[in-house]
Amino acid sequence: MASAVTSPPQAGKPQADPARRRRRTGAAPRRLPYLLIAPAGLLMLGFIAYPVLSVFYYSLQHYNPTKPWRNGFAGLDNFTRIFTDDPHFWGTLSFSLKWVVVEVTLQLLFGLALALIVNQTFVGRALGRALVFSPWAVSGVLTSAIWVLLYNSQTGITRYLADLGIGEYGTSLLSDTATVFPAAIVADLWRGVPFFAILILADLQSVPKDLYEAAEVDGAGRIRQFLHITLPHIRDAIVLSTLLRAVWEFNNVDLLYTLTGGGPAGETTTLPLYIAHTSVDAHNFGYASALTTVAFVILLFCSMVYLRLSKFGGDGK
Amino acid sequence: MTAESTLTAAPAPGAAQAPPPLDRTPPTAGRKRRPAWDEVPRWQIYLPLGIYLVFTLVPFYWILLFAVRPAGSTSLLPWPMTTDHFEKVWTERSFGVFFQNSLLIGVAVLVMTTVVALAGGYALARFDFRIKKGFMLALLCSQFVPGALLLVPLFQIFAELRMINSLGSVIIAETVFQLPLSMILISGFIRNVPYSLEEAAWVDGCNRFSAFRIVVLPLLRPGLVAVGSFAFVHAWNHFLFALMFLSSQSKQTIPVGLNTLMGADSVDLGALAAGGVIAAVPVVIVFAFIQKWLVTGFSAGAVKG
Repeated sequence: MASAVTSPPQAGKPQADPARRRRRTGAAPRRLPYLLIAPAGLLMLGFIAYPVLSVFYYSLQHYNPTKPWRNGFAGLDNFTRIFTDDPHFWGTLSFSLKWVVVEVTLQLLFGLALALIVNQTFVGRALGRALVFSPWAVSGVLTSAIWVLLYNSQTGITRYLADLGIGEYGTSLLSDTATVFPAAIVADLWRGVPFFAILILADLQSVPKDLYEAAEVDGAGRIRQFLHITLPHIRDAIVLSTLLRAVWEFNNVDLLYTLTGGGPAGETTTLPLYIAHTSVDAHNFGYASALTTVAFVILLFCSMVYLRLSKFGGDGK
Repeated sequence: MTAESTLTAAPAPGAAQAPPPLDRTPPTAGRKRRPAWDEVPRWQIYLPLGIYLVFTLVPFYWILLFAVRPAGSTSLLPWPMTTDHFEKVWTERSFGVFFQNSLLIGVAVLVMTTVVALAGGYALARFDFRIKKGFMLALLCSQFVPGALLLVPLFQIFAELRMINSLGSVIIAETVFQLPLSMILISGFIRNVPYSLEEAAWVDGCNRFSAFRIVVLPLLRPGLVAVGSFAFVHAWNHFLFALMFLSSQSKQTIPVGLNTLMGADSVDLGALAAGGVIAAVPVVIVFAFIQKWLVTGFSAGAVKG
C-alpha cells in the first residue's frame, strides 16, 4: 500500500516518499487507477462478461420465444442433441476447420513472402507497400460486393476469360458446389494476406541489422540468413498472429454470410453461421447457446494445443 | 503468453518524436548497401510484386469500372463515364442516409474508444493495483470472445435498455469489442514515455492530469491516431451488429445497405458497385492517412483482424 505508485524502470529516480508525492500530485493514487479503469471495466462486464455467462446459462435451458410452452430447464439435453442428433453440427464444424486451416495457411505463406519482398530496398517501395496493403482496410461486406461483381456469370471475369478462350460462358463460380469453396477462399485471401504482411513486416523491422552484417562476414547466404536469423526472430510473432487470425477466421461471418449466404446447398455454412441461423432465424436461443458453448470450448482447446505444439515462447532463446 | 511480454512488444510510434523509420531510401544512389553477390536481383522483387499487385488491383478496378460505366455496357474501359449509379444509390437506395448513420457511428466509436482506452491504458501503464493482473488477463481473453456468437444475449440486453433500433446500441457494442485491443496498445504507448518526464512536470507545479495533458498526450498522438483510426474503420466496416440491432431503413448503415443490394432478386450491379465505392471512400482516406503508422504502430501480440 505504501507504494501505490510505482515508477517503471525508465524513471531514474528512486522511489520518493509516497506521502509527499501524493500531496504534490493532488490525487489519491490508491483510488485513481480504479477510477481510470472503471469505464472500460464496466462496459466489458456488462457487454462481454454478462453475455458470455448468459450463453452458458441458456445452454442448459430450453428457450425459444416462439414456443414458450417448452421453455424450462433442459439439463444436458441440448448438448446430447448436438452430438448425437444434429444433422448440421458435424458438417458445419468440419467446414469451419477446413476453412480456417486453408485460409490461415495460405494467408501466412503469401503474407510472409509479401513482407519479405516489401522489406527490401527498391524504387517505388512506399507506393508498392501502400497498394499491396490496401485491401486490409476493406470490410467483409465490401469484399463480398467486389467479388460478387467479379464472379458474376454474365458480366464477371469469367465472361472476359471465355472471350479469350479460357473456360465457358455463363460460368457461375458461386453457385456451383465444385467451385464455390476455392472462389470464396480467393476472395477472403485478397483481404487477409495484407493483414499478415503488415504484422510480419512490423516484426522484420525489429530484427537487429548487425546480425545480418555479421552473418555476411561469416559467408552465410540469403537463405541461411533467413532460416537462422529472420525466422527465429519473428517466430513468436508469427505464432501469435496465426492464432489470433485463426480465431478471427473461425468467428468471422461477414464475408460468407454476404458472399454465399452459406450456400449453395449449405456447402459453405460455418459453425458460427449455423449458430446465427439457429438463433436469429429459428429463434432457438437455448440450442444456439449450447452450440455457442461448444464453439467456445473448441476454440479454447485448439488455442491451447496450438500454443503447446508451437512451443510458444520456448526456452530455446 | 504473459501480459507483460505482449505489452513490451508494442513499439510506440509516439515515444520517439522522429518520424517512423519506414521509408528510408538509401542515402546515395550509387552506394551499394551490400556486397554485389548478396544483392537481391531486381526481378526477384518486381516480378512477384507485380503479379501480386495485379491480384490486388483488378478487383478495385472492377468495382470502379462498374460504378462509372453505363448500365448494359461491356467495355473494359471506364468510358463513357456516368454518375447515374451514384445518384441512384445515394437517393433511391438511401445511401445518403446510410452514409450519415455510418459516419455518426464511426466517429462516436472513435471518440468513446480512445477516451475510455486512454484512461484505462494510463492506469495499466503507470500504477500497480490489486486487480491489475486479473484485468490484463480479462483483456487478453476477451480478444477470443467473438461478438458474432453473442448476438442473442446482446440483443436481449439492448432490448432491456430499450435501445433496439437506436444507433446507441451499435455504438456501444462496437466500442466494447474495440476496447481490449485499444487499451493494450495505448498502455504500451504510454509505457514507452519515460515516467521521469511526468515527474519533472509535477516538480514544476503540474498536477497529475495537467502533467499528462501537457507532457504525455502530445507524445502519444501518433499512437492515438492509429488506435482511433482502427476503431473508426472497424466500426465503419462492421456489419452484424447493425444488421441485428437496427431494424428501420432510416437507421441502417452502409454495410447493411450493401448487403441489401446484394440480396435483391436481380442484383443491380451498377448500383452495387457505386454503393461499394461510397463504402470505400472514408476507409481509403483514413488508410492513406495512417498507412505509415500501421507497420510501426501495431505489434503482433495486440492486433486482431
